[in-house]
This record gives sequence, C-alpha cells and structure tokens, in this order.
Amino acid sequence: MTTLLEGPATRALPAPDEKSASALGQGIKIVLLGLVVAIAVWAAFPLVQAEYWAGLGLLVAATAGLLYLYLTPRHVPAKYLVPGTIFLVVFQIFPVLYTASTAFTNFGDGHRGSKAEAITAIQTASVTRVPGSTEYQLKIITKGDALAFLITDPKSGQVSIGDATGLKPVGENPPTGWTVLTAGQASARSREITDFAVPTSTGAIRSSGLSRAYEGKAVRAFDPASDSIRDTATGKVWKADDAIGAFVAEDGDRLAQGWKVGVGLANFTRVITDDTIASSFLGTLIWDFVFAIGSTGGTFLLGMCCAIALQSTRMRFRGLYRILMVLPYAMPSFAMLLVWRDMFNTDFGLINNVLGIHVDWLGTPITAQLAVLLVQLWLGYPYMFLVTTGALQAIPAELTDATKVDGAGPFQAFRAIKLPLLLVALTPLLISSFAFNFNNFNAIYLTTEGGPFPADNPNAGATDLLITYTYRLAFGGSGAQYGFAAAISIFIFLIVAVVSTVSFRRTRAQEEVYS
Amino acid sequence: MKWFRDTGWRHLVAVLAVIFSLGPILFVLSAALNPLGTLSSSTLVPSGASLDNFTRLLSGTSFPHWFLNSVMIAGLASLTSIFLSALAAFAFSRRRFTGRRTGLLFLLLIQMFPQFLAVVALFLIFSEITDLWPGIGFNTWWGMILLYLGGALGVNTWLMKGFFDTVPKELDESATVDGASHTGIFFRILLPLVSPIIAVAGLLAFIGTINEFLLANLFLRDGASKTLAVGLYGLVQGSDRNTNFGMFCAGTLLTAIPTVGVFLYLQRYIVEGLSAGAVKG
Repeated sequence: MTTLLEGPATRALPAPDEKSASALGQGIKIVLLGLVVAIAVWAAFPLVQAEYWAGLGLLVAATAGLLYLYLTPRHVPAKYLVPGTIFLVVFQIFPVLYTASTAFTNFGDGHRGSKAEAITAIQTASVTRVPGSTEYQLKIITKGDALAFLITDPKSGQVSIGDATGLKPVGENPPTGWTVLTAGQASARSREITDFAVPTSTGAIRSSGLSRAYEGKAVRAFDPASDSIRDTATGKVWKADDAIGAFVAEDGDRLAQGWKVGVGLANFTRVITDDTIASSFLGTLIWDFVFAIGSTGGTFLLGMCCAIALQSTRMRFRGLYRILMVLPYAMPSFAMLLVWRDMFNTDFGLINNVLGIHVDWLGTPITAQLAVLLVQLWLGYPYMFLVTTGALQAIPAELTDATKVDGAGPFQAFRAIKLPLLLVALTPLLISSFAFNFNNFNAIYLTTEGGPFPADNPNAGATDLLITYTYRLAFGGSGAQYGFAAAISIFIFLIVAVVSTVSFRRTRAQEEVYS
Repeated sequence: MKWFRDTGWRHLVAVLAVIFSLGPILFVLSAALNPLGTLSSSTLVPSGASLDNFTRLLSGTSFPHWFLNSVMIAGLASLTSIFLSALAAFAFSRRRFTGRRTGLLFLLLIQMFPQFLAVVALFLIFSEITDLWPGIGFNTWWGMILLYLGGALGVNTWLMKGFFDTVPKELDESATVDGASHTGIFFRILLPLVSPIIAVAGLLAFIGTINEFLLANLFLRDGASKTLAVGLYGLVQGSDRNTNFGMFCAGTLLTAIPTVGVFLYLQRYIVEGLSAGAVKG
C-alpha cells in the first residue's frame, strides 16, 4: 500500500513515502472540515436571529467536537462511528425517547398544552356576542400557513393584528410579510376562520362572515381562587382535576378542552383493564402473529419450492424463468399494494371479473385476511426465492452425492440434508422478515386500511395489525390519543424485541454478534 | 413419465410461479394501455393500445416533478446512508473499543421500535427547523434526506459488518506493515473487496426509500414537492379511484423502470448479497 489518505495508524511504523502520498488525504480532510465549518456558520445565523442561545451553544460545541475528533490522531473508532450516530441521535433516538415519554402522559387531542392554554381556549370558545357591541372591519391575512385577523376600529381608525396570543397595533396596512387573502381564498378556509378567535381581556374577537368582526364577552370564566370554570349564563361549575388534566362538573360532565398531565402507568394498564380495548388488543395481537408468521412462512415455502425446481442444471429456460419470477420484487410495492386493493374490488375488480363471481373480498373478515396474505405472498416470495437459491448453491454437492450413494431418494435427501442446512443459514433472515412483517404498516394500510370493522368497534378491524391499530389511535379521525398510542408502541417494541432476541439466541446469529 | 419426474415437474412449478408473478403486472400493463383509463374497463388482456394515460399523466399532473423528487431523494439518501453505514461497519468489524457489543445490540434493538410512531416528535422537530432554516424543512429534498439518514445505521450496518468480517484480518495487518493508515485500509482494501454487498445494500436502500410512504406523506404536502409514492397515492383517492386508475398504472410502470433496470444489471450480485441477510424495506 503506497497511497495514504491520512497519517499511519501506528506511529511506531511510519511509512517511507508518508509525506508525498498523504497530501491528497490531508487535502480532502481539510476540504471536508471546511465544509463542516461552513455549514455551522450558515446554521448559526438564524439561531442568532431567533436568539436561541442554547441551540447556538450546542452547535458551537458540536462543531468544535467534530474538528477536534478529526484533527487528533486518537479515537479512531469514533471517527468512523460519529457521522452516522449524529443522524441516529437527532432523527431516531431523540424522537423515540420523546414518544416513549409521552406514554406516561395523556397527550392527545384536548390535552395538548398547558393548563393556562386550556383556560384561554375555553374562555375564548365560549365568547358570545353582546348586543350593541362594536363591529370592526376585518381582513384575513396569512404568513406561510399561519392565519391572523387584521382589524380596523371604525371609531379611531386604529389598525391591529390579532392572532391566538392577542391583539397588537400595527402601523402599515397590510403589515410587512403578511398577505391579504382574497374572498375566494378566504372562503376556502372559512371553517378555520370561523373557529379563529383573538383573546382580549374580557372575551375575544371573532369573525362574523369574512369581512366583519365583533368583540364578544366570555360566558365561561376561570376563577383562580376555587380553581374552576364557571358558566355565567347557567351557573354551572366545572372543577379542575389535575390528575386527569380536565375540568369536571359534579354531574361528571367534562369540558373537551383539557391540558397535558402525567398519568403514570394508566395508559399501560388501560390495555388490560378496559374491556373493549383488552378484547380488541388481544384479537389484533393474535392476528398480527398469524399475519407475520403466515407471510414469512408462506413466502419462504413458495420461494423454496421454486428455488428447488430451478436447481437442476439440465433444465432449459432457467434464466428466463428466474427473471420473470422475480419481477414483482422490482415493482414499486406501494403501488402494487394499491393495484391489488383494486383487483379485489367487488364491482369492477379483476378477480371477480375473471372468475365471473361477485364476492366482497375485503368486506368479510376471513376473505380479507386471506386476501392480504395472498398479496404478501406475491410481494415477498421472489425475495425468498432469490435468497434460497443463494443458500442452496452454498450447500456442497458432495453432501447430496453422498446421500445418493447411501440409497436415499431425492425427497429423503432433501429432508435430511438440505432443509436443516437451509434453515440454519436462513433463520436470521426469517427472523428479520418476521419482525418486518409484524410491523408491516403499508401492507395493511394501503390495502384494507385495517377493515372490515365490526359494527360495534370502529377502532379495531379484522386485518388490523398492532401498528395500524396504533396509527389510528394516534392520528385517526376520532381524536388523537398520542399517549395511549405511545404506550402501545412500547408494547409492540417489547413483543418484537423479545421474539427476535429469543430466536436469535437459538441460532448461530448470536455467535456472529460477538465474533 | 420419467421425464416428468426428472424435469417436467420443474417446468410445471416454474410456469405456475411465472403466471402468479406476471398476472398482476400484466393487469397493470393492460390498464396502463387501456384507452378508457378507468378501473371498471380494465381487463387482464389489453383491450386496446393507447398512450393516452401516459400523456395525461405527464401533462396533467406533476408526475415529472414527483419522479425527479423520488429519484433524487432516494438516490442521495441511499448513497449517503450506505456510506455512513459502511464507515460504522468498519469500526465494528475491525476495531475493538468499549461499548462495541452494546452498540451493536443497541442498533438491532432501536430498529424494533416502530419508528413512525415517533412522527409526532419528528413533526415538532421539523416545525422548528422549518422556522429557522426553511431550506431543510418541510417540502424540501434536504429535509426528507436528513430524515431518512436517521435510519442509516441499522440493518445495513449489520449486513456490511458481516461481510467485512469475512475479509481476512491478515490483509489489513500486512497493509499496516506496508505503511497504510486506517483510512487507507478502509478505502483501498476493504471497500473494493465488499463492493457486491455495497451494491446490493445500496439497491435495497434505494427501493426502500422510493417506497416509503408514511413519512413522505406527512412531510411533503406541497404539490410539486411530493414523491412518487405520495403523488400516485393521491391519484387514486376517494372518487378518483375509478377514473384515474389507468394513469395510476402508467405511473406505476414508469416508476418500475429505473428499479428493474438496476435490478437486472445487478442480478448476479443480488443473489450473493441477499443470502447474507438483507431485508427488503
């Protein structure tokens, strides 16, 4: 090795032509480090502007750390590990830990912010118009995605900008950086505008139509002394309950707007104690296992059959068969899942057309489950075919010859010699395939979306995997429950981790880890 | 009968498998060529040949944008992530340091947390990033690439570490004696020797990224910034499901072209590389 990209690893053994050859390496290194500094400087300006001093400190520390790491001859492993680890920490570990921590809170729709924010929201939402109150001229303005009200007082002519934090007077009309929505654009967002309210000291300013606004009085007011919300019209009182993060009336009525509190292990115990959830969770868990094992096993069996069939060297068209068989593997899987969904369509689907029948494949639990397994088989078997072909080639021919000499038939030889060897070679792969399918979100979401759903429970369908079930809890239409969803994702993590670890331990994969 | 027991059954299995494999693809092809372009008029055998669906797709939608976005995001993200992964695999395979075992097991375990459930956190992070640096925030290539690089260390690191392990250590030792540094060993000895697995891991990462739907769907909302997965999914949503089916199939075929090309080109490596334990994402 005459060319060097950096100084020698062992300083005791300096290379004879070190200086001339390492010039290139040093050059590349200086350019890359210069790039790091340039990116850091670029990133620093917005941080300074926004006065994020902690972020700026972190940036400076990270840059200094990188410069030190790549300029010192020590810490060689870190030089190779740090680049990937930075991305891992920022975009995977931190979000995962954050999510895991929400499993111990009631974070979700109605429980997003602090108690103060909840009180403001409740007061603002209860604003009703007092007869004879001032009517303002209103323009709807936007900056990026954010909406705001531009309000002109008819008496003083004062122009103010109002958003969720309150009302601020401005000089110019419209204020710099904001654009006024046209009537068409505004009516397209009319729902947002109707819900929009600018809090004031006694109530809030709300829109009435798209060009008028009024200041109303809050009917519900917060009383800090008794820590409760009182409705001035009806006299009803909701008391703050800090354990569940909501205002609750004596008759059990709860205000929709609550705040985020820690709930300890409640989200975890809910899986067991809440009957509807417990039964749907168990059903989903069982089907998830059936699906993951069925997908992995089915694709492996079919793939193996094809690999064995194509193993004979005397066979013609082997190359052609092979290419045609693996084509599904090269097709974009997200698109093919949607195509399969439409092939199972009752009215115009290909399968019903070809067979001349009228079956609602995705409408009944059993057929829907069979359908998604069939789709998985189609998508996955070419991969197993390729893998088994590779593994079969690695089995020495002498072994098969020896069984022939011993008088074993081809089937016996396969069962006694090839299958065990194949399984040893492919077990790690089958385990990772299982883990992948256990959380195969696309396979369900893009075909059945978890359905069909039983009439009494729209949250857990017959083909729902835990992951699609959790997705619906977190982002579904019936109100987001991030805390509960995070708790279930921790369950998923534990199940997959335990299954994989146990299986890995039983295979040689474990030895490879530590080799 | 002897012929059947020897070779005939092999052809039977192969032909059945090929029919199973090609059926849906033929359906996509004939739907793409179907002049009416609806799902209800699509049949298995092409009923006519017209390129209407392709022209409608290319001129009526942002398909060329989606295609470019997908190829650029998936291409850059998979190249970078394979490089980062190879660097880490080198350290795990060739260096002995404290935390090595823990690090390897940790990489395996973090994979098992369903990452997309972290999207709420990722969403909050990216809202901040978009405010500070719009160039790498929502609706941008760079934001998406950064996001995908979060998963750079993982299965591929394991795969490549396994391959690095099969290269004899004596090779590095003799190179060190000849004066090679660790970077020299990595770039000039190991990387060329494991190029098949690099090619396969790169292809798998590319396929995985181009098929990624969930994160892209949340982070790329703007019409022209969408990827193929998000854009094509939008074509067959709701009431457009029937009418746009031909266009959707035309898009599917066009999406497959680069993958199929690379795939056929790398076929030899793929059998070798896959049996070492990569999983299609």
